[in-house]
Amino acid sequence: MSAITAPIAELAEALRAKRLSSVELTQGLLDRIARLDPVLNAFITVDRERALSDASAADAAIAAGTAGPLAGIPLAHKDILVTAGMRTTCGSRMLANYTSPYDAHVVRGLKRAGTVLVGKTNLDEFAMGSSSETSHFGPVKNPWDLRCVPGGSSGGSAAAVAARLVPGGTGTDTGGSIRQPAALSGICGLKPTYGICSRYGLVAFASSLDQAGPLAQTAQDLALLLNAMAGHDSRDSTSLDRPTEDYTRTLGEERGAKPLAGLRIGLPREYFGDGTDPDTAKAIDEALAEFRQLGGKTVELALPRVKLSVPVYYVIAPAEASSNLSRFDGVRYGHRAAKYGDLTDMYRKSRAEGFGAEVKRRILVGTYVLSHGYYDAYYLKAQQVRRLIADDFRRAYQSCDVIAGPTAPTTAFRIGAKTDDPVEMYLNDIFTVAANLTGAPALSIPCGFDRSGLPIGLQLQGDYFAEARMLDIAHRFQQATDWHRRIPAMAAP
Amino acid sequence: MKWEVVIGLETHAQLSTASKIFSGASTAFGAPPNTQASAVDIALPGVLPVLNRDAVERAIRFGLAVGATINRRSVFARKNYFYPDLPKGYQISQFEIPVVQGGALAIATAEGGKSVRLTRAHLEEDAGKSLHEDYHGMTGIDLNRAGTPLLEIVSEPDMRSSAEAVAYAKTLHALVRWIGICDGNMQEGSFRCDANVSVRPAGETKLGTRCEIKNLNSFRFLEQAIEFEIRRQIELIEEGGTVVQQTRLYDPDRLETRAMRSKEDAQDYRYFPDPDLPPLVIDDAWIERVKSELPLLPEATRVRFESQYGLPPHDTVALTASRELAAYFEATAAGVPHAEKLAANWVLGEVSAALNKAEMDITRVPVSAARLAGLLQRIQDGTISGKIAKAVFDAMWSGVGNADAIIEAKGLKQISDAAAIGRVVDEVIAANPAIVAEFRAGKEKAFNSLVGKAMQATKGKANPAQVNALLKEKLGG
Repeated sequence: MSAITAPIAELAEALRAKRLSSVELTQGLLDRIARLDPVLNAFITVDRERALSDASAADAAIAAGTAGPLAGIPLAHKDILVTAGMRTTCGSRMLANYTSPYDAHVVRGLKRAGTVLVGKTNLDEFAMGSSSETSHFGPVKNPWDLRCVPGGSSGGSAAAVAARLVPGGTGTDTGGSIRQPAALSGICGLKPTYGICSRYGLVAFASSLDQAGPLAQTAQDLALLLNAMAGHDSRDSTSLDRPTEDYTRTLGEERGAKPLAGLRIGLPREYFGDGTDPDTAKAIDEALAEFRQLGGKTVELALPRVKLSVPVYYVIAPAEASSNLSRFDGVRYGHRAAKYGDLTDMYRKSRAEGFGAEVKRRILVGTYVLSHGYYDAYYLKAQQVRRLIADDFRRAYQSCDVIAGPTAPTTAFRIGAKTDDPVEMYLNDIFTVAANLTGAPALSIPCGFDRSGLPIGLQLQGDYFAEARMLDIAHRFQQATDWHRRIPAMAAP
Repeated sequence: MKWEVVIGLETHAQLSTASKIFSGASTAFGAPPNTQASAVDIALPGVLPVLNRDAVERAIRFGLAVGATINRRSVFARKNYFYPDLPKGYQISQFEIPVVQGGALAIATAEGGKSVRLTRAHLEEDAGKSLHEDYHGMTGIDLNRAGTPLLEIVSEPDMRSSAEAVAYAKTLHALVRWIGICDGNMQEGSFRCDANVSVRPAGETKLGTRCEIKNLNSFRFLEQAIEFEIRRQIELIEEGGTVVQQTRLYDPDRLETRAMRSKEDAQDYRYFPDPDLPPLVIDDAWIERVKSELPLLPEATRVRFESQYGLPPHDTVALTASRELAAYFEATAAGVPHAEKLAANWVLGEVSAALNKAEMDITRVPVSAARLAGLLQRIQDGTISGKIAKAVFDAMWSGVGNADAIIEAKGLKQISDAAAIGRVVDEVIAANPAIVAEFRAGKEKAFNSLVGKAMQATKGKANPAQVNALLKEKLGG
């Protein structure tokens, strides 16, 4: 049983060595899903037939020796990445029955690597949220404490990986939506440099901020998944055309007792203030002590304008979202009101019925900040401050190699605790949004638990294209610690 | 009260690229509904735009042709509004920084000519079509046109009459066709003009309130609509009213402009730079290459025809109406050196008339320039008269063969034998004593009548000059 809850790297090895077949693995995980997901609600769609069919094909490829590095590995995709022939709801009534004719680029990459598609995971509606509570299909529960949120918006993928329903999954991160749920659910998640993963097939929330990325149990697994997801796509004009990178390339190096010798870890004073929960602060301190043990040095630095990240984000993201969501008008696909008078009535009813409250809130805010008379004061100003924040980070990387700190200010909160105060909810993103504004890479790895047994995540941020190095640092930490191996009680194999 | 009219035109020219501006779907006209709309054009969840470089190339060509500045860096912006034929709920256009800035177009006017300044030209995508008939109270949406590349060309309000506006529109139309960026097919919607019209007391420098008239897809409608709008505004003001800024549609059946019903005219489009498209960067090398491939422009060609062939402006303007017509003329003229005027007369006369009658464009002319030249050579060398040549031309048009073959087959060779003509003249004189007497009495017209009779007798084949000479001689006058 524990064989099937192992990380991807181990499973891939077992499959290649034929100690396990993909069909066995997939069947085992489908059984776990059937048993545990009714409580977690991590999945919106599960397709047993398709999964087993993919698994058979993978076993055949493995037998024929034509298999890729992820052949036979079951995966789930966040239900905001389109999958041909399997519905994509975005957690919304608006697309409850929508099936895309094409696969998202990252979905195609993982498919070509031989992965097995198990299903689509639950999320905050249209990826707008930090708790996975706003889904039309009900909230996702945190496997560590079912009364709590798993974080959001990629809460379904995070919960599914945390509960070992799948060894890995995809998410999307616009303001922290991969990293924060990874932290709250005790797993690993990465947001790559903007442009590394194609956005073609990623239903757009905020175009200049959205990025798809992997969620998994270990940094090594993140690297394996990223290898299959990254790469230039001519269908995305913001996709970067760079030479192919192997994000696992340094992970096997033997570097002795001080594998992080020479590493300078920047600690922004803005991340170590009063806003963070004491247990979180303590766990981060202990993690930093571990990094020093491994040879790293910490340096204090300042990111003076980083505190403007949240207001800047909450102007830019809704603005872009208000425009991106205009296509959901009931005309060509998606929900259309059953009864309406004229065109305006159709638009009004279809969108009022199709969208939930948080989505509507953000569309309204976004429309406001773009409107005549307010554009300069809000949208334009926010974009200018965005550049200043990016300047702070670039300056910081002159004196350090990576920046560390907590991923979130608190551990998982109770379902319903913050839904009355949207602004309080938005403050969950305080440490994560800057990386979306600047486009730089960032990841979260588990580094401890609070007194209630809820997971705590450590965030590493790097300069553009530093993913491989960041994953290496996280990997070395995981070789010396075991936070990433903990499994929530309800998911014990 | 004397009034001055101020007119500016906004023209949307569909660029003749094979595929759309942001997707690979075909732009071909006339396909069954929704068969030329890709996932990107339909705005399915998750799709993204990718810029068609051919569209940019055509914009650069236009900018060079009107002497404008090509902005080395321009930005695509989203123009947000809801309408069923606009799938994304926004149009990708250019707002603050267009690809082409400035420029001017020289037009011919009653007073000679003037230069109309251009404000800018920018790239944007066309919307789909809404079809309101045939759907039982519903509206049919055809997205074939959605995403077709448009160049929106904006003029300064430099025009002062409907005639100038039409001259500008026609000149612009000819130019975009000449440089090969737009097929100019107004019936198919490839070239659409909106007119901004205002009036002010003569001498006033401040602009009056303007109205925009949309949906003008012929030069005639453009003229009629502007004329109506001028009258409407003047009457309104003279009766004590004020012109309200609004968008109006022209109704060609009722010959009037009407305010558009449900559109808010000061709509806020919430423009912002499209985050899905990086800024468009055009380097000097690209511009140089387009410049080197640009054909000689209509005006320059016209001037060349005047100096090289000694043709009058009336002819050269007509001959440079299109690049194809100019090329046809030159190819014909090459066959009859020193007789380019003859070539011009025939191209603008017989050929053009035949094309009009057949509702055909010069590109489909059934008589090649080489064959036309062959016919003109036979006039030049006296084989046939100009009049006979017209009959030969008609036969050539019907595909019978080349000039020589037809002349031979129908025995149309001109009679130039002096003896033969002499005999005919003698017969005519003998047969018409009364007319001869009238001539001798001083009536000049009688002479022409006798010539006519001689031509008739020879079925038009006698060399008219010789008939004239011999008749004169024989009548002794």
